Amino acid sequence: MKKIEIEFTINGKKRNLSVKPNDLLINTIRNDLFLTGSKYGCGIGECGACTVLLDGEPVLSCLTLAATVDGKEITTIEGLAKGNELHPMQIAFLKNTAVQCGFCTPSMILTATALLKENPNPTEDEIRDYMRGNICRCTGYIQIVKAIESCAEGGKSEPV
Amino acid sequence: MHTNTKILAQEFEYLAPKTLDEALSLLDNYKDKSARILAGGTDLLVKMKTIDLETDYLINIKNIPELNFIDTTDGLKIGAAVPLSHIEKIGKVKEKYPALYEGIKSMAAIAIRNMGTIAGNICNASPAADTVPPLIAYGAEVKLVSKRGERTVLVEDFVTGVGKTVIEADELITQVNIPEMNKNSGSAFSKKGRVKADIAKINLAVYLEREDNICKDCKIVLGSVAAKAIRAKEAEGLLKGQTVSPSLIDKIAKKASEEIKPIDDIRSSVEYRTEIARVIVEDTIKIAWGRAGGEL
Repeated sequence: MKKIEIEFTINGKKRNLSVKPNDLLINTIRNDLFLTGSKYGCGIGECGACTVLLDGEPVLSCLTLAATVDGKEITTIEGLAKGNELHPMQIAFLKNTAVQCGFCTPSMILTATALLKENPNPTEDEIRDYMRGNICRCTGYIQIVKAIESCAEGGKSEPV
Repeated sequence: MHTNTKILAQEFEYLAPKTLDEALSLLDNYKDKSARILAGGTDLLVKMKTIDLETDYLINIKNIPELNFIDTTDGLKIGAAVPLSHIEKIGKVKEKYPALYEGIKSMAAIAIRNMGTIAGNICNASPAADTVPPLIAYGAEVKLVSKRGERTVLVEDFVTGVGKTVIEADELITQVNIPEMNKNSGSAFSKKGRVKADIAKINLAVYLEREDNICKDCKIVLGSVAAKAIRAKEAEGLLKGQTVSPSLIDKIAKKASEEIKPIDDIRSSVEYRTEIARVIVEDTIKIAWGRAGGEL
């Protein structure tokens, strides 16, 4: 297979890579760029664990060919904090104990940030609806919803 | 055999045309070979991973500007590569085409809708496709373009069976056209699944036009109850030209449930689908009638 040269921005950094046509974005991110926050869960678009932001929108990196992100901007969980300063959504997840085993957490946090960008003050129903593709098998949904609510406009989220 | 979905095992050549003309040339060149169009990839890559489907060439059309537009001036014209989530955000879709809005909103979850396209949902030709019943109900058509020329086909005629459409190997859907809605029209969508993000056990779109208390025209389209989305034409016949009343809607719902030919599968049973069809046809006609300004 002919390799493809791609250039894209990931977490604010420009990267040039040579990828195979059948390379999946999840594997490129994890194995080539060593950003292991994004998780491989089901591989068929059911669980949401591999969610990354592509030009600001949540997409599934297990169903995205690496070749297709040429010229695009990707954000993974590693790109949210600024140095040692966590993103407000990360703080909200910590404060609300919205993390159990942690496997779904990176995708939950990324999807939640996209929700608040779109809808800064969502109702509980809107939160649950937007988050419905991100599955938590520890079933800590109540804390996750609370964390997102606390981060929304009017919600109170103090730094830890 | 266990399928490893962590990787995409099969090998193929990846092509990324930058213009529509380039994409059509590629389709023309590879029409006798095994080539596939990649848009969102949410169905295609799953099928390729599970080795249901093999291809030698993958043509990514997602970034072609000519396929990335939404025109709301006369009806609705949606470019083939527009993600579903962008369609649901258009005010006119929510306001004038609620069945399409509700159909899209009911699909999977946000990440999938950020990837998947309306043309992909049509071309995938799943009997459970959620945009297809609304599009048929609205009388929508797809524009098919190739090096040989172009043609338009009603969505109703485009899908012919499970995974089957009338598209030729060198053709590409470039856009979906939905006619402007009449002032006294109303529409609604309904879907039954186990949880919200599910593929439909059954789905339904109703479109109707009202003149005083009379239903002038209507379409009742059900999905997941046959090899493709079907119109309950006998039920439509009972509604057209009639004064709408709760007892008439009862009768129509019963007729529609008799017209469908569902099967037993992993998602549901013939018995459930037949019974729930009656219930959702009744409810959805009432909602659509209310949206058309009608009273019961």
